[in-house]
Amino acid sequence: MKKYLLKLFITGKTSRSEAAISNLKQICSENLNEEYDLLVIDVLDNPQLADDEKVLATPTLIKELPPPLRRIIGDLSEKEKVIKGLELKKINEQE
Amino acid sequence: MNILLQDHISKLKTGIEGFDHIGKGGLPEGRTTLVAGSAGSAKTVFAAQFIVMGISQYNQNGVFVTFEESPSDIKRNMLGFGWDIATMEAENKLAFVDASPQPGEQPLISGDYDLGGLLARIENAISKTGAKRVSLDSIGAIFSQFSDAILIRRELYRIATALKNLNVTAVITAERISEYGPIAKFGVEEFVADNVIILRNVLEEEKRRRTIEILKFRGTNHQKGECPFTITSEGIVIIPLSAIELKQKSSNIRITSGSKELDDMCSGGFFRDSIILASGATGTGKTLMATEFMAGGAANNEKSLLFAFEESREQLFRNATGWGIDFEKMEQEQILKVICEYPEVTSLEDHLIQIKSTINKFKPVRVAIDSLSALERVSTLKSFREFIIDLTSFIKQREIAGLFTSTSPALMGGTSITEGHISTITDSIILLRYVETFGEMRRGITVLKMRGSKHDKEIREFIIDETGMHIGKPFRDVTGIISGNPQHGIKTDLDRFDNLFNPNNP
Repeated sequence: MKKYLLKLFITGKTSRSEAAISNLKQICSENLNEEYDLLVIDVLDNPQLADDEKVLATPTLIKELPPPLRRIIGDLSEKEKVIKGLELKKINEQE
Repeated sequence: MNILLQDHISKLKTGIEGFDHIGKGGLPEGRTTLVAGSAGSAKTVFAAQFIVMGISQYNQNGVFVTFEESPSDIKRNMLGFGWDIATMEAENKLAFVDASPQPGEQPLISGDYDLGGLLARIENAISKTGAKRVSLDSIGAIFSQFSDAILIRRELYRIATALKNLNVTAVITAERISEYGPIAKFGVEEFVADNVIILRNVLEEEKRRRTIEILKFRGTNHQKGECPFTITSEGIVIIPLSAIELKQKSSNIRITSGSKELDDMCSGGFFRDSIILASGATGTGKTLMATEFMAGGAANNEKSLLFAFEESREQLFRNATGWGIDFEKMEQEQILKVICEYPEVTSLEDHLIQIKSTINKFKPVRVAIDSLSALERVSTLKSFREFIIDLTSFIKQREIAGLFTSTSPALMGGTSITEGHISTITDSIILLRYVETFGEMRRGITVLKMRGSKHDKEIREFIIDETGMHIGKPFRDVTGIISGNPQHGIKTDLDRFDNLFNPNNP
């Protein structure tokens, strides 16, 4: 099992969705090496999953593992905020 | 050629008592209605009742989107109205969309977003249950979850448009800051501007008064103005005053007042579907009149119902025994029902609902209320007037005779404010008065008005003894009884007048 489990909720194949996916992939490859699983969930195909996670806004990124759970809303264009929000730096520095 | 103005928008019956009356058929079908109200104005109850009534009465499933309270809180709170939401949910008749704030840290925001997740979940819930009704309660809360108010407003507009396309009838609740100010916080009325309802909970003369007003239904008709409502154990009950129609049937059937002499004064008794007001100062015999009215009904095997707001049950029964009337026995025979209550126990609106439901259950032929003045204590002038109008029309529609008593404030003569409001509504008015004659307090009775019938115009003396009320001769020698200024001395004039034509006189 990988160290990070990330879920990204998007609505349809919009440019905002695409931007969120590519921003996230870039952040992950720059900071997480191969230590992550990423699930991209389209709420139009899977509304029940969105309901289970009580997702309101899209895109929403949920860091499920490692704890604590974190939610980041938006297309993840402000990368520094994402890195800080996912506590990536802190964890990497500890290693 | 005649062009008929037609309602193109059909209405959906809500099932909320009284609402379909003031909405002239209900809420505009397939549209979204904004329900705005201040804190504690029963917005959530309205939103939930709309969904629950759809399921229980019209077999229309519903979706409840909650922005403020958690679904489990709502389920628990609504159980108090006997609405078993959990079972409805289990039977897939109702689905929640939980958009309430989640415990824990506020989510971080990085870049652009929309409310696509919420919309997809609402659409999913609607298609899962086949819902016809959707409630969103209350959308102000989502503005505190997300900081960008302009974006949220735009997204809510998108949701409202989507609901319209899904052909569901929706209720969106929103907060207001003041009772008489802007329609709602955050300018939400801008995107659901078609239909607006306002719930108010106004403090007036130290009493709470709940009202509902349909501000607008675009393109269709509704009652205008504020209507009082109350929250009972069965949810919101609206009292649709403006919807009362003056088309009671009139009957010529007479019923006894319980006193032979009073019947004679009224040319054979009261009309069966009339409202009689008995007015007098304290101790003039109003409760006695009400008691005899009840006993007269019971003696003729007519079901009689007495609401007493001034005296306790024991007191009332003891008084009746003192006048030779056995209330206890009548109640055992189920021909009489006596309900004693302090006016202060609840609001006037709740009293009204209780009186009506008791009448509906007991189905009496005659009803007495002793006294209206006691009820006036717990209300404002406005709600008291509405109470009287609603109650009298309710009673008349059921062809029930109603005797209301009213206490006048002054010992001698005078009228109360109560009478000012109800005298035009009542069919008959009977005045009971003290008459001071040569150091003695005597009692007088007169029939001031009686619609559709001849009646005795005289002011007669009456006495009260252990067998009740006995009406005697008219006061011939006193004037000014009604105005409270009895004047004597006319006797000599009368004697002289009579003697003029007396052949025995020299």
